[in-house]
Amino acid sequence: MANSSHSKPTRQMEYEKKQHKEEMKQQVITFVLMILFTFVAFGMVIMEVNSYFVIPTLIILAIVQVAFQLYYFMHMKNKGHNMPALMMYGGAAVAGLTIITFSSIIWW
Amino acid sequence: MSTTAAQKGGLGAAIWDYLTTVDHKKIAHLYLVAGGLFFLIGGLEAMLIRIQLMKPDNNFLAAGLYNEMITMHGTTMIFLAAMPLIFALMNAVVPLQIGARDVAFPFLNSLGFWLFLFGGLMLNVSWFTGGAPDAGWTNYAPLSTTSPGHGVDYYVMGLQISGAGTLIGGINFLVTIVNMRAPGMTYMRMPLFTWSTLVTSTLILFAFPALTVGLFLMMFDRMFGAAFFDVAKGGNVIIWEHLFWIFGHPEVYILILPLFGAFSDIFSTFSKKRLFGYSAMVFATVLIGFLGFMVWAHHMFTVGMGPIANSIFAVATMAIAVPTGIKIFNWLFTMWGGQIRMTSAMLWSVAFIPSFTIGGMTGVMLAAAAADFQYHDTYFVVGHFHYVIVGGVVFGIFAALHYWWPKMFGKVLNEKLGKLAFWPFFIGFHLTFFIQHFLGLMGMPRRYWVFLEGQGLEAGNMISTIGAFLMAIGSVIFLINVVYTAVKEKKADGDPWDGRTLEWTMASPPPHYNFVQTPLVRGLDPLWVEKTEGKEGMTPAEPLGDIHMPNASILPFTMSIGLFIAGFGFIYQTDDKTWLVASVIGMAITFGSMLTRSLKDDLGHHIHKEELEEDIKKGVGK
Amino acid sequence: MSHEDVLNPKHMPHDPEKATLEGKNKFLAFWFFLGGETVLFASLFGTYIALNSSTAGENTPEHLFGLELVFLMTMMLLTSSLTSVYAMYHMKNHDFRKMQTWLAITVLLGLAFLGCEIYEFLHYIHEYEFTFGSSAFASAFYTLVGFHGGHVLFGLSWIVTLMIRNQKRGLNLYNAPKFYIASLYWHFIDVVWVFIFTVVYLMGKVG
Repeated sequence: MANSSHSKPTRQMEYEKKQHKEEMKQQVITFVLMILFTFVAFGMVIMEVNSYFVIPTLIILAIVQVAFQLYYFMHMKNKGHNMPALMMYGGAAVAGLTIITFSSIIWW
Repeated sequence: MSTTAAQKGGLGAAIWDYLTTVDHKKIAHLYLVAGGLFFLIGGLEAMLIRIQLMKPDNNFLAAGLYNEMITMHGTTMIFLAAMPLIFALMNAVVPLQIGARDVAFPFLNSLGFWLFLFGGLMLNVSWFTGGAPDAGWTNYAPLSTTSPGHGVDYYVMGLQISGAGTLIGGINFLVTIVNMRAPGMTYMRMPLFTWSTLVTSTLILFAFPALTVGLFLMMFDRMFGAAFFDVAKGGNVIIWEHLFWIFGHPEVYILILPLFGAFSDIFSTFSKKRLFGYSAMVFATVLIGFLGFMVWAHHMFTVGMGPIANSIFAVATMAIAVPTGIKIFNWLFTMWGGQIRMTSAMLWSVAFIPSFTIGGMTGVMLAAAAADFQYHDTYFVVGHFHYVIVGGVVFGIFAALHYWWPKMFGKVLNEKLGKLAFWPFFIGFHLTFFIQHFLGLMGMPRRYWVFLEGQGLEAGNMISTIGAFLMAIGSVIFLINVVYTAVKEKKADGDPWDGRTLEWTMASPPPHYNFVQTPLVRGLDPLWVEKTEGKEGMTPAEPLGDIHMPNASILPFTMSIGLFIAGFGFIYQTDDKTWLVASVIGMAITFGSMLTRSLKDDLGHHIHKEELEEDIKKGVGK
Repeated sequence: MSHEDVLNPKHMPHDPEKATLEGKNKFLAFWFFLGGETVLFASLFGTYIALNSSTAGENTPEHLFGLELVFLMTMMLLTSSLTSVYAMYHMKNHDFRKMQTWLAITVLLGLAFLGCEIYEFLHYIHEYEFTFGSSAFASAFYTLVGFHGGHVLFGLSWIVTLMIRNQKRGLNLYNAPKFYIASLYWHFIDVVWVFIFTVVYLMGKVG
């Protein structure tokens, strides 16, 4: 496919390839961090760290991991993602309200 | 009513055309006919309810049948009448208003309709198979989980299928409005109807998944032995109430917002003025949508959530009165000093303002959590929500139909009959529901199939029933008008109301590709901008060229019918496991259709420049 | 842009998934759909959180869950997320073969994950008599995790269908958006799993 792309300057092609490579590098770093977070999360539970500390930490780790997934793996950090971000935050807001409701006002 | 292509091939071809159509204007017709039919069924159920309550200790309907009647009346009117009628208007108008040739997903648009229709049919089949759902339209557990027979199962499956259709429709309109606007049509130049469709679609996107989950839990409890609402196994019935209202409250804004938009367009057109406070109107629409998600628990004040939760939801609910008030005042100011023409559409719109405001005021009364303990589950609530839903949504649908009927069907509805339909309906509406507030305050509970003699409730109920008959008469006159107009009235031209927005720049009804050339939008009320500069029509934004259009397809129909069959399988497998065969066959049809859709490329077709030039000669362009 | 161009692009643009109007529409619609899915899963999580102590005197989360298998499943799904990133990387560089290879690896990891999940469910049913209707907790657990499993199954079928359908003809502007949104779906499955292993398993173990 590359050789048929005479209408696109090769330099442009090379530049784009380089950019993709740069982005890929970031994504691999993201992945390593995600694996690390997972290790920390499981490790804390297995080593039975105090639950007052561990539950908030687990939730924060999960949220950070999900943010990585969304912004790097799913490219939400790139431009042209304003509407997707708006709708994801909208969904997350309703989701948050729902979770708060179900953990507070359903008669325990 | 349909296009020339269909008329050539006779009835069979016309039916096939509608079964496979992906044209948003024809899908609008389908939504209108189906929604109208369900509106009549729901109206009939309402009449039977009012006849039963005409006098004390009445024997007209048995208690069980009465329960089925109120359940089906509510469910039908909300999900199967109001929603599709709104979708009919959105489909007919939104692509035209933004200068698009079609919606973003014509195929999904059609799928959304057929899912809704088969879901609605499923619900109504229950009348003939041993009893309709009878746990109220809110279907609270454990009343619903312990309801004998299959009625509630039909409720679950029917709403699940039609809900999926609504979600698809919502996403389709979101993308259409975001991506398909004509050059120059910025967000802040969109007509209010388009704006409100955008906000409504967002609400659909975030509200319907909660219903989906609620219905799944109900389905698993009733059909597959789960224990979500089984207190003996640790279940919790409040979960259903929360899920239902997390969906249910945004749902009432889903119903009313599009009509707010339609009213805005109508007031502006028939006052010959641009909408007063356009940006405040947009802001108020968005704010109502936003706040609409934070108030659902005001339906549950008496559940026992505690004073803190009740207070928060009470305050949030009252806050919604502010943006709604902004809207009411802006409509009044739009009319102020305008050249008002009292057409039927305008008549319904003007009548809407005081009617809806009364509903809004009782809404604020109900929002006061402490007072709500008195109002809860009485006829006061029934009066309140009929004031907002009939006085807002139904009036709005009538107004919008009168306004856009020429664009949908090429003929202006007869004005005399239009006004003749309005008066009995309007008077009947206030007779029916105003008195219900007082019946409620006097202690009449909702959903009871009889009331007793000598408690002072006789006169009020009688008045209410008389009002209901007047509303029925009004509706019948509207139907007569539809037939009369189709037979007797002459063809309307493209712009019968001296309109301001893009839908009035083309012939009525428009050609199936809508715009010969995409228009260039130069301001708010784009057609009016051109008119004030003495121009005939819009300036095109592109040269005359081939137009790309989507292909028709039967697959949306088969996908929906598959789910319909599978639904019966799921319902009856509780009696006999062999019914699971129906589920498997149904799912196979649905997934098979999806696979076909996925494997077969559908690149659409082109309308060539030469054909367009032919059409222009025939006068289609204007 | 005519059909010929779409099916036989003379050169691939920078973002092939968003080069056509259809592509742009699909891209946006799918993100919006994911916004809706967020609410769907939040409702399921909410239900689970409300019911996870309603065990009706039977198996509790602490008693039931083993972390070894969950850890293994997490690693598989996280890795499959990275492999689908690689697939999209090669799509942007117009290397169809490599994209197919990475997608195939993604599918294998997904299948392994699904196998583990089925094993886990069967294990609970046979060893602990922990069935769908045992308690409200059981219903909520199977429903939440099962919904995720259903999403995995659907995602796998989707990716496999796309791979087989386009095996011969390679990448073009008509199928690039399809590959792209399928990979978005796969990432979203991973997003949900992150919350499942945190909320259901880890917090269940902490008690």
